[in-house]
Amino acid sequence: MKLNRRLVTFLVIALALSLIAGCATPQQPAQKEEPKKEEPKKEEPKEIVIGVITPITGDVATFGESTRNAVLLLAEQWNAKGGLLGKKIVVKVEDDRNQPQDSAAAAQKLITQDKVVGIVGSVASKCTLAAAPIAQENKIPLISGTSTNEKVTQVGDYIFRACFIDPFQGAVMARFAFNNLKAKTAACLFDVTNDYPKGLAEEFKKEFEKLGGKVVEYQTYNYGDQDFKPQLTKIKTKNPDVLFLSDYYNTVGLIAKQARELGIKSVFLGGDGWDSPDLVKIGGKAVEGGYFSNHYSPESTAPEAVEFLKAYKAKYNKDPDALAALGYDAALLLFDAIKRAGSTEGAKIRDALAATKDFKAVSGTITFDANRNPIKDAAIITIKDGQQKLFTMVKP
Amino acid sequence: MRAIENEFVRRFVVPAVASTALYWILVSIAYRNDYYMYVLTMCAINVIGATSLNLINGFTGQFSLGHAGFMAVGAYVAGSLTKFGHWPFVGALLAGMAGAAVAGFLVGLPTLRLRGDYLAIATLGFGEIIRMLIINSDKLGLKFLEGPRGVPGIKRYSTFGWAFFFAVVTVWILANYIWSTHGRACGAVKEDEVAAEAMGVGTTTYKVMSFTIGASFAGLAGGLHAHLLQLLHPASYDFLKSCDFLVMIVVGGMGNLTGSVLGALFVTLITEALRKLLELRMLAYAVGLICVMLFRPEGLFGTREFSLGALRFLAPRRPVSQVGGDKSGAT
Repeated sequence: MKLNRRLVTFLVIALALSLIAGCATPQQPAQKEEPKKEEPKKEEPKEIVIGVITPITGDVATFGESTRNAVLLLAEQWNAKGGLLGKKIVVKVEDDRNQPQDSAAAAQKLITQDKVVGIVGSVASKCTLAAAPIAQENKIPLISGTSTNEKVTQVGDYIFRACFIDPFQGAVMARFAFNNLKAKTAACLFDVTNDYPKGLAEEFKKEFEKLGGKVVEYQTYNYGDQDFKPQLTKIKTKNPDVLFLSDYYNTVGLIAKQARELGIKSVFLGGDGWDSPDLVKIGGKAVEGGYFSNHYSPESTAPEAVEFLKAYKAKYNKDPDALAALGYDAALLLFDAIKRAGSTEGAKIRDALAATKDFKAVSGTITFDANRNPIKDAAIITIKDGQQKLFTMVKP
Repeated sequence: MRAIENEFVRRFVVPAVASTALYWILVSIAYRNDYYMYVLTMCAINVIGATSLNLINGFTGQFSLGHAGFMAVGAYVAGSLTKFGHWPFVGALLAGMAGAAVAGFLVGLPTLRLRGDYLAIATLGFGEIIRMLIINSDKLGLKFLEGPRGVPGIKRYSTFGWAFFFAVVTVWILANYIWSTHGRACGAVKEDEVAAEAMGVGTTTYKVMSFTIGASFAGLAGGLHAHLLQLLHPASYDFLKSCDFLVMIVVGGMGNLTGSVLGALFVTLITEALRKLLELRMLAYAVGLICVMLFRPEGLFGTREFSLGALRFLAPRRPVSQVGGDKSGAT
């Protein structure tokens, strides 16, 4: 039973070719079928399924919790009023552990398995960046509440966000420091390994110098550092009017404490990463008198915000943070767009969403610009007696 | 039966037929379901990552914790070549492999003189160095890599077909390496370095060889991963990613190729399957891992290779080094 070598070689090559041919094919027909799949959808479902991708486990689990709570609250409110387009809203929540890879899998699952018409999420920019291409390919609108990285909405025309972008916050704080606080010199200290604090600090420096101020120290540290005294000692010798700390509350609290211990008298400034009750718990007296920019303040007197605060408190027995407000706004924008589109078709929702103008949301009045970023006011919040107090609102 | 005995048939035909059949079975299961396809693609990529790590950790006994670092090299090389250089996909993947192999060689040469815990720390450090380099890439003159912001807009070339093809090729090459003369030498290094040296095995050479091969396949996995995720981001290749692979090979069985394939499938599928549990997902996952370690401390497959019938290519011959395979599990 001797096998003919040439015949075997031929067989192997044929098989290998069929495998390689298979490589390219399966993906494409699957995608081309997509529009077809949507057709029977129109008449069938009695519910509208909305997907939420959010980190319920992992290092920023509290952010995910707030976002989820807010979207569920909104869905409940709308369902009580008769739903959306006469259908019940069903919210499918997926956890992404704050890992890009999980967000992509979650987006794929929501679209393929749950047949969602729109997605709210994710929280971190890195996660939204991974989920966005999948939403874009399948023509499902995706709106993130809190992903501030400029590139997120550049993925495609189906990707939106409900928050302002990083450069904006840095510029706002620079203008605030120069105009309102009359600061002439500033110092920055930020985590160089994370795009969020880095982006804010870069933009702060640019704007502050443009206004005529001087950035006397521009110091960095790495994620996870606990001791900032070497950098702070350098900053102390320059004695800047303001110190811009663009990191999240846990690190900012530590820095503020160490800075005051060293006798630095500068006013502390920061971005929305400060927004947590834990800031005061960690920073104590040191963060007193600091200012930060935020998307939303619980003290806002706009009727939408007051109502949201009341409803959120009634349901979850705690004050909503900015993440909850933005998650709520993201979902609200999406629901409103579906309502105006009068359809659950991706393209129509997208067009309605892009046409959003002067929409009264919890975090302010929202109009989308050409890049699907919202144009809206920023709140400047100060820490007074260990509490967050709304200081002023700033126009974009 | 004599056909099977034929070296050529056993080496090439059986694997090709078996994997093609498996491919079509999987495709028909996941037919027209993008989500299943996505998960299967992820499985295939993790198989590449896990088996290549097993070559270093399981078969050569060098405890590496830097696999995600090599993956990052492969991902960034391949991803930027297709995005900025408009290279063809396979060419970019091979370049990514080469890049990771070079990195593996450069890291392996000095660090493989270390043993056990020291090597683990050194490779862990290397993984972090790679991540830090990427994070600071915009300061180092590589502005297009965008530092911590990541590079979106990578084309989605990683179909299941490609991922499966490369996974099969990887397992095939590794199986052939492991049960070759060189592979046996690696096994000797794992069992007893002094004895191996005494018997004339150049321990450093073989350690570096395994490390470089393992790293190059990690680079391949990285390249595929980047073209699946359509995103280059340093956060995708952190220390936890290295740990994921380590979990896969420990669950499957250290020094066992079948085990790491199944470990990769097990870990990937279970994290997806447990999605419904939300908050409890990671808890359930951890409990699952603890159960595996309690009831099967040698891993799901221990040291037994799957070598029945058509899939015989996975274990052409019994490896010599399998006698004390449980030793590495305790490291």
